[in-house]
Formats: sequence, structure tokens, C-alpha cells
Amino acid sequence: MISFESVTKRFGDGTTAVDNLDLEVPEGDLTVLVGPSGCGKTTTLRMINRMIEASSGRILVDGQDIAKVDPPELRRRIGYVIQQVGLFPHRTVGDNIATVPELVGWDKRRTEARVGELLELVGLPAEVRDRYPHQLSGGQRQRVGVARALAVDPPIMLMDEPFGAVDPIVRSRLQDEFLRLQQEVRKTIVFVTHDIDEAIKMGDRIAIFRQGGHLEQYAPPDELLAEPATDFVADFLGAERGLKRLALIPVSAVKAESGPVVSPDDDGQAGLTAAEAYGSDWVVVVDGDRRLLGWAHAGEAAERGRVGDAEIRPFQLQVRAEDSLRAALNAMVQSRTGVAVRVSDGDRYEGIVTLELLSKEIS
Amino acid sequence: MTVVNEVIAWLTDPAQWSGPDGIPVRTLQHLWYSLLATVIAGAIALPIGVFIGHTGRGAVFAINLTNLGRAIPSLGIIILVFTLVGFGIVPVLVALIALAVPPIVTNSYIGVRSVDRDVRDAAEGMGMRGRQVLWEVELPVATPLIMAGIRTSAVQVVATATLAAFVGLGGLGRYLIDGLSQRDLAQVVGGAILVAVLSLLTELVLGRVQTLVVPEGLAERGADAAVRAKVEKAA
Amino acid sequence: MTDAPAPVLAAELIRWSWVGDHLDDIRGYLFQHVQLTVLAVLFGLLLAFPLALVAVRWPRTYSPVLGFTGVLFTIPSLALFILLIPFTGLSVRTSLIGLTIYTLLILVRNIVEGLRGVDPDVREAAQAMGYTPARQLLQVELPLALPVIMAGIRIATVTTIGLVTVTALIGQGGLGRLFIDGFTLNFTTPIVVGIVLSALLAFAADLALVGLQRQLTPWARSRGS
Repeated sequence: MISFESVTKRFGDGTTAVDNLDLEVPEGDLTVLVGPSGCGKTTTLRMINRMIEASSGRILVDGQDIAKVDPPELRRRIGYVIQQVGLFPHRTVGDNIATVPELVGWDKRRTEARVGELLELVGLPAEVRDRYPHQLSGGQRQRVGVARALAVDPPIMLMDEPFGAVDPIVRSRLQDEFLRLQQEVRKTIVFVTHDIDEAIKMGDRIAIFRQGGHLEQYAPPDELLAEPATDFVADFLGAERGLKRLALIPVSAVKAESGPVVSPDDDGQAGLTAAEAYGSDWVVVVDGDRRLLGWAHAGEAAERGRVGDAEIRPFQLQVRAEDSLRAALNAMVQSRTGVAVRVSDGDRYEGIVTLELLSKEIS
Repeated sequence: MTVVNEVIAWLTDPAQWSGPDGIPVRTLQHLWYSLLATVIAGAIALPIGVFIGHTGRGAVFAINLTNLGRAIPSLGIIILVFTLVGFGIVPVLVALIALAVPPIVTNSYIGVRSVDRDVRDAAEGMGMRGRQVLWEVELPVATPLIMAGIRTSAVQVVATATLAAFVGLGGLGRYLIDGLSQRDLAQVVGGAILVAVLSLLTELVLGRVQTLVVPEGLAERGADAAVRAKVEKAA
Repeated sequence: MTDAPAPVLAAELIRWSWVGDHLDDIRGYLFQHVQLTVLAVLFGLLLAFPLALVAVRWPRTYSPVLGFTGVLFTIPSLALFILLIPFTGLSVRTSLIGLTIYTLLILVRNIVEGLRGVDPDVREAAQAMGYTPARQLLQVELPLALPVIMAGIRIATVTTIGLVTVTALIGQGGLGRLFIDGFTLNFTTPIVVGIVLSALLAFAADLALVGLQRQLTPWARSRGS
């Protein structure tokens, strides 16, 4: 656990980078520090491993005041990943990863085994071990950077825009993989970014800073989105705050309605009645095992006499319980029916999710 | 008398400052050899360096020429040519020119070559022909480096012209050579000081000249922007 | 000075018999030349490193250091050697000190530039990983600065090989003695031998140093630049 106690950082030219910060980073969580440039997030991060020294206040790591620890010793226990990675160009990938183990005196065999482990962990093929950094792609270099930081399995990781230098597609993949990794290793991670979407995606808790080093709000993402503490936070979260919230809530949080459901053998007229009762001009068609077949115009079914004689159109998109409400919204706007259909086990019908249900959930 | 006093006495002796053996005359001789050698070297080296830079052919040669040049002992060349050709200015000129050419070639090459890819593209893209690109874009931008090359050469030439005295010519080196053979410490040290001062002055003066000659707006950072502006105006 | 002697034909540039007769002398001069060069470069390195480290650690000292060494460098070599004579006499020591001063100037500048040229991100990463300053310098910064430092050593070595010949005028000279011999005898052979040998020595030294550099920087090899 990392605690900031009234920590301030003032630079030589008078600027205050961090202003009287009190913050507690829980163990095993990924805490994101986010804000516009000049808000002190990187400064705060770098005070944890004493790359920058605080002007006043205390920082405690696992109850120990870090000012009393020899900096190189401290840093060997903390993993550090930066945007430009900073791989040593004169060492192979393997030797880069082996840096801290060598510094703390592991024996060769243990180090070599660990390097192999880590390469696998970050999804790199074993051959890159003997290559030099300049022979790798940007995404590969980032992975090596993460592997290097994890080498001695430090309990704490500091990450400063680690995925910023790669293109959006690679970034998304790296984020997903890192989240999966964190599920496994559950380290205490402090993660700096200027991108609010990345913060929401990655963070268990988010600390939003304002220019001048003021902490505006510190909360889990859904709380942040639901109840921004100040105008600044609301602005920073952006106008599409509602949509962002939807991305965080699973479909299972909303009770799906059963809707106008018929089977192909049902009478068309009965279908039309069911639709009118529900308030739509269409019906959902399922088979005897409650497997989703599609939807049909209620009027057309009535004309044809039997539901099954009308044209049964498929739902282009379906959502499952674990998908987000945002996906549901997406499905809604792409369907003529204006609703999203929820399924399980591939095509087992569970109900429909409407816009009204969505709004109720987030307002 | 201590050495220092002797040297000061020698330097301030009015006899040193007049006549064909005096400091002024010797200084002028020294400068004359240097100027001649540098100008001839420049006339030879600049076109070569610029050509290689502009066309890119012979790059390896240009880059390594300075290294090669450093390996040739000037004293040896002077003595060799003297032995072949006899007394006169030719041995010294040959050696000094050989000394001065490499830095000018290498620097001119690098100067022309290092014009930003983008700037060259912009110029060609606007319809400038090869020669125009050379005169209007590459050379002006290369000027700082070319001047640096000339300056380096000139200072080295002034320093090495000291050796001219060894084969009977004038110049400030006379005091060193004569002083050594006459075991006149005051003359030798006084001469050394004079030569050192002359070299320093050359370096400083040429430094000033360099700042004056470099085109307006070609401060180290503004170079590309200024050249782009020029290219836009000309096109 | 002597009157103009009759011009000698190019065909007589080298009289090989003379070379054969004087092999021992030539070998002796060559040895002295190499000795002076190696010592000057080594001493230069030994002195340059601490100076460079000071300049890197305290950047404000760099400008004055550079300025001062720049001034010294402008002084013609013969003059520098002569200015040392009142202090160290007409001896090998004078030559060595003068030569070392020149190598020192070249090397300080290159070592500083080399160290400064290390990617700041790499330095940041190294520090954050827990390197102590000393280990970081040794294991990270110096290896990466090596190409620039080696370039400086190459220049210093080749320059020194040239400068050693000038010391012939104050009694040493290595291969420069051949120039003096040729001059006194009015005979081109020793002069040509001297020029060719010092040029060859310079090339050989340069090549050897390039080879050494390749050995010491395996990561640059795969780059092919």
C-alpha cells in the first residue's frame, strides 16, 4: 500500500507541481492518476520511487517512510515502465530483462529461467531473447519494458503512459493483455495517463488532478462517472459521460423484459394482439426450445395467418449478460425494432433490453 | 635573469619590431603563405566537396578524407618537396594545401548533404531544378558548416606555416628554428608566444567572419524555416 | 641555407639499397614513434576521463573547460613543445607532455559528448531500476558512449602520429628523424620512407581501433551502419 501524507512538490522556478496531496493507493489495485498536462500526475508518480524528491510531506510504502530508504534499494523493489521504454540498446532483450535480477544478485540459472517465464507472460516468442531492441517493433518493445519491470516480481509497479507510443490498435491489445496479467498477479499499480478513456478502462480507482497539482476526485470509475465531484471533473470526463458509464455496466444489471414473444406456429392475429399490447409493431419469434429465430412484422403475420408464413428477419446484433450496456445501445440503434435482444448459450432467448430500461439504469 | 624576464625583454626590444627580420615583416610573410595556401585549397576543395554532397557520389571518400589527411606529416611533405624542387615557396605551399584540403572537402560535403530531406523535397516539389536547388537552397544552408571547414583549415594552416622556416623561408617560424639552432631560449619562447597569439587571433577573427557571412536567419534552429521561406519566395 | 640543389628525378625517389642498409635505424625510429604515440594516448585517456566526468557532472564547468582546451589546441604544435622547454628541458618528457596535452583536448571533448549523447530515456530507466550512479556510469552510460569516445581515440591517435614527427625538431621525432636525415643529406629516400611509414602506421592504427570498436559494441553490428 502506498500513502501520500500532505505531500507537496515545488520546483526551483516557483511552480507548484503537487499541492498538499493526501492519497492512499490500496494494495493489489490498479490506481490511475489522470489529468491534463501540468497537473502533477507524473511528478506524483515519480515521487514514489524518489526519482523526484518531495518538498514536504511523507510518502509511505507498506508503512515505511521512503525518505529513510536508500533510493537504489527502493527502486529495485519497484517496477517502472515509461512511454519510451528506455530499453538499453547495448544489451539483448534477455539481458535487458535480466537487469534487476543481476543488480540484486540472483544466480544465472534462476535469472535465465525467469527471463523465459516473463517472455511467455508478456506474449513474446522465445527467439526475441537474443535480439537487440532496435530490431523490435514498438509494441514488442513495450512488452519487453513490462517484462523487465516485472523481473524480480516487485509488489509495486509504476507506469507512466506506458502504451502511449504505439498506434491505437496495438494500444488496445496491450491494455487488454495487461489487464489480464493484472488479474493473475494482482500487483499494486500506479498508472499515469492523460487519456480519460484509458483511465476508465484500466483503473480500479481513478484520481483526477487539476493543473497546479490539486486532487479533484478519487473514486472508482463508475462512481466518478455517476457523480463527478466538481465541474472540472465533469468537463474532463467529457460530454459523453453517459455513454462512458454505459460501457461499465453489464447487461445483466438490467432486468430484461420478456416482450411480445411468439412461435412460428402461432396464429398471426394473436401475434398482432400481443404486439399491440406491448406497444410495438413487431414480434420476437422463438422456437419450441426458446431458441431465437428472429423478428417479424406483426401486421404481416396477421395477414399471412400464421406467424411462420411471414418473413422472419434475424437480429443483426445480440447481447449477452456480460456485455456492456453500451453494446446493448449499439445493438438497439442498429435494429429496426429499436431494442436489443438478450441471449444466452448462443441463441437462447432471455428477453429484450429497451432504451427506457437503459436510461433508468444510469439516471 | 629568469626566462620570463628574458622573453619579455626580447619581445619588447624595439629592434625586433623593425627591419626585414622584424616581427611585423615576419608576421606578414606568415600570413601571406597561409592566405595563399588556404585560398588555393579552398578553390580546389570547395567544388569537390559541394559536388560530392550534391550528387552523393564519392561520399565514402569525402567522409574519410579528413582522417586520411591527418595521417600525412606536413613536415615530411615540406622537406620532401624541398629536396625535389629546391628552395622556394612551393614545398611549403604543397604541404599546406595538402593539409587544408581535407577539412574543407569533408565539411562542405557534410554541409550540403545534411540539408534536411524535407527542405530538399519542398524545393524540388516546387519545380526547382538541380542547379537551382544547389545554389538557392543547399549552399546557403550549408554555409555554416562550410565556413567551419574553412576556419578549421585556415587555423591549421597558420599553425603549420610555422614549419616554413625550416626550409629557409620567412614567417614567424623563423624565430623558432633560428632560436633552436642558436640555443637562444628567449627568441625561441618569444617566437612561440607570437605564433600562438597569431593562431588564436586567426581563430577569433575567422569566428567573427563566420557569424557575419552566414545568411540572415540561419541561426542554428531557424535554418530550415528560413530556407523554406526563401524557397517559397523564389518559386 | 644551402643553395638550390639540382632537382632530383622522380625515379630516384627511393634508393632501396639505402633502405636495406639502414633497416635497424628505421626500426628504431618506428619503435620510438609507436612508443610515444601509445604513451601519449594512454596518458591522455587517463587524464581525460576524470576531467570529462567533472564536466558532465557539473555542466557549468564544461564551457570554460572547452574554451581553455580549444585555446591550447590552436597553438601550433612546435610552439607548444617549445613553450614547455623552459619547464621540462629538451627531453622526451617535453615531447610526451606536449603530445599528451593534444590528445587530452581531443579526448575530453569526445568523452563528454559521448556521455551526453546517451538517450535520456535510457538513463531514466537505469536510474529507476535501481542502479547506483557509479554502476550506471560503468554498465550503461560508458558502453553507449563508446562509439563517440572511440572516434575521439581514433582522431587522437592519428593526430599524434602526425605530431610525433614534429618532435624531431626538438630532438626526438620517431620517424620524423628520417625527415631530418633526408634534409641534411639532401636525399629523398629517407624522407619518402618516413612519410610512407607514418602514413601506414596511421592507417594501421585507425583500422585496429575500428576493429576494437566493433568488438566492443556488438549491438551496433546488427544495425549495419
